[in-house]
Amino acid sequence: MSEQKSPVLTDAAPLPGASHQTERPSALKRILGGSVGRNLGLVIALIALIIIGTITAGDRFADVNNFLTIIRYASIIGVISIGMTFVIIAGGIDLSVGSVLGLATVVATLPAIQAAAEQSSWLLMIIVPLAVGALAGLVNGIVIAYGNVVAFMATLAMLVGARGIAELISGRRTQIVTSTDFLEFIRANLLGVPVLIWIFALVAVAGWILLNRTTFGRRTVAIGGNLEASRLAGIKVKRHLLLVYVLSGFTVGIAAIMMLGRTTAGTSTHGMLYELDAIAAVVVGGTLLIGGRGTIVGTVLGVLIFATLTNVFTQNNLDTSVQAVAKGLIIVIAVLLQQRFATGGAAAGKK
Amino acid sequence: MIEEDHASPLLEVRGITKTFAGVQALKGVNLDVRAGEVHCVLGQNGAGKSTLIKTLAGVHQPDAGEILWQGETVTIADPIAALKLGIATMYQELDVVDGLSIAENIFLGHEHSTGGMLKVAHANRLTRELLTRLGHGDLPPNTEVGQLSAANKQIVSMARALSHDAKLIVMDEPSAVLDSGEVANLFRVIRELTRQGIAVVYISHRLEEIRQIGNRISVIKDGRSTASGLAVSETPTPELIRLMTGREVANVFPEAVPVPRNAPILLEVSHLHLRGHFSDVDFTVRAGEIVGLAGLVGSGRSEILETIYGARKATSGTVSVQGKVLRAGSVTAAVDAGMGFSPEERKSQGLILAEPIFKNVTLSTFSRFARGGFLNEGGERDAAREQISALELRPADPDRPARTLSGGNQQKILLARWLVHGTHVLLLDEPTRGVDVGARAEIYALIRRLAAEGTAIVVVSSEIEEVLGLSDRVLVIGDGDVLAESNAGDIDEPGVLDLVMKGSAA
Repeated sequence: MSEQKSPVLTDAAPLPGASHQTERPSALKRILGGSVGRNLGLVIALIALIIIGTITAGDRFADVNNFLTIIRYASIIGVISIGMTFVIIAGGIDLSVGSVLGLATVVATLPAIQAAAEQSSWLLMIIVPLAVGALAGLVNGIVIAYGNVVAFMATLAMLVGARGIAELISGRRTQIVTSTDFLEFIRANLLGVPVLIWIFALVAVAGWILLNRTTFGRRTVAIGGNLEASRLAGIKVKRHLLLVYVLSGFTVGIAAIMMLGRTTAGTSTHGMLYELDAIAAVVVGGTLLIGGRGTIVGTVLGVLIFATLTNVFTQNNLDTSVQAVAKGLIIVIAVLLQQRFATGGAAAGKK
Repeated sequence: MIEEDHASPLLEVRGITKTFAGVQALKGVNLDVRAGEVHCVLGQNGAGKSTLIKTLAGVHQPDAGEILWQGETVTIADPIAALKLGIATMYQELDVVDGLSIAENIFLGHEHSTGGMLKVAHANRLTRELLTRLGHGDLPPNTEVGQLSAANKQIVSMARALSHDAKLIVMDEPSAVLDSGEVANLFRVIRELTRQGIAVVYISHRLEEIRQIGNRISVIKDGRSTASGLAVSETPTPELIRLMTGREVANVFPEAVPVPRNAPILLEVSHLHLRGHFSDVDFTVRAGEIVGLAGLVGSGRSEILETIYGARKATSGTVSVQGKVLRAGSVTAAVDAGMGFSPEERKSQGLILAEPIFKNVTLSTFSRFARGGFLNEGGERDAAREQISALELRPADPDRPARTLSGGNQQKILLARWLVHGTHVLLLDEPTRGVDVGARAEIYALIRRLAAEGTAIVVVSSEIEEVLGLSDRVLVIGDGDVLAESNAGDIDEPGVLDLVMKGSAA
């Protein structure tokens, strides 16, 4: 009786047998739990794909030229995905990238523009797509940031609308690029590597620096992480969101230039469903769809994984439908793994 | 000794430990709860209260130690197992579904049905019975829960616990979301429950509440029981604070420093009006002065602060900092003029929880550290480190994510943010919400120190005692009007309440 009434002051000494619980998680677990770990998983997946490709298709696959083909194939989606990474980290989405790409190729190849380019300089073929992309991004940004329209709906409207405009002004015809100077530039090789790949690499590096080393990147992560807190800290949230969509549009403009080079034509059907490929690459690359967290390296790996997968299937003459199924599986598995790592130690500690 | 049987514990927790990813949350916690008692568990934020609750609810499994239920060792494998034993948990974030009715919520997961068809009338009748047992028979069972107040949602949550035949209900800081009238009602309901033999484990750090409702107290500090089963009536408050914080807390509120008459006016609020919330708010704050806004929930006090800061756009009236009128509705203008704001909801409005401490500290200033748009994270880290040591922020690691910090330390991040910014005017909305008693004194001292260094400070708090204790001057707010302005020493808590009541009656 008395024992229950009186205060039981427990000993402050650690309980026996508790010491083994204080040890830190193993180094491996910590590395896997961090951002390096997520990218490491992607690297392993990519290597696995390369091994599968080498085994099944042999020298046809494991060849420097084939690897360049893979990266060249990946470069256009890759450039779009870099812009998309910023949008998604900021907590948004841009569904309009594919049709804006189509529109940009159409505008750049309009007879009037091509004539003007003949008159002045082939650089016009570069300036026009960039301007079209950035302008579309500006419209998206204004509607989303200042019109308070949900990004999904605003960019869905742009997806439909931009494709429509592209069809109207091209009369649904394919417009051939006439500027040989432009084509020479964009289809050239530099140090044995296609210009398209150089552009992808440059955009990726620039994107990495922008995200990790500049105030622009910090604002993007902050807004995606907590929009209200960012606003109350004095960050100009609306203006920044606008800029993020302009950035996305601008990368689409770059991608449109690359598309003109690869196909030597502008048409309203360019870039069909690219938005889905870009989003898939970004998310597989470890960027959270709710915003606030993501990496450029992850996105590049995500893009390369899908491109390599396509190549392995093509080299083995497999059905594109099977390929689509494999892609779907990869997306699901990647997101499942991401969630594992995101919950990190807690899930691991549970056993 | 046999007669002691009726008082033998319903639940007994012996020396449980729990480690998450290398961090030991529980290092040996003991608890014994008897049927029909209100057993309070006291502890600072981060002491391990939540982990203990989740262990009892079957969300976490202890690494060591044992749990006895009605004298037998049990393993609570998952939340369903806990419910089957008769342990129900009411979390702070209530787990009710807003879109469903009261009855549907109560029987969520154990619906009454015949061949897949729900027996709605049956469920409604049982619901009415359960609500009546809680003294709330007037709530219609088919009301959508989303339309209920926080207080009534708690009632629904308790009714759900009763529907599972709970013998023990764990309540995690149930009063945090209630005003004083609702708290009184909650206590009536709790007394009703205990009268029916149900045990309640009441988690709180509000000592005055524990005095009112608790029978016995257990105290946890740093994941360890420092006392268990103390009789509430026999344990003085200073003793509880000592058990909780490990040190003596002599005077909670720091002494006010007289503001010199010629101190410059830093903030001037003139005829500020926000339609639907408040009108004609008029006051000035001098350098070194702390002005408190006292009023009940919904009086408009938070809206006043947000409008001064530009987070809401004033309908009319002006705000000036150091004589310069600010552009209405612009947070950026306020921040540029040297104003800082610590919002009411720290987690959703103040911090980026996933980001490290230093990035949260420099959220308003990172571009100032940057050169030509390129970040200078080294400089940011140094600035954060300086604040960490000045404010004794723990853990003292600038790279630790803000999420992992206790409420008091999260509040310090926000103060640090504005210290780095170098604000002249600081607006604080509920600076100690979710901050435990020990850390509160620290926050108060910090606020007073900032004022002594020449900052003009405006404080809003739902705890009138806090406003009075901390401020030099107090504005009493009721229904969006300034009812009175007074020196803090010339008015007491009943005086404020009296003004508020009269104001709303008029």
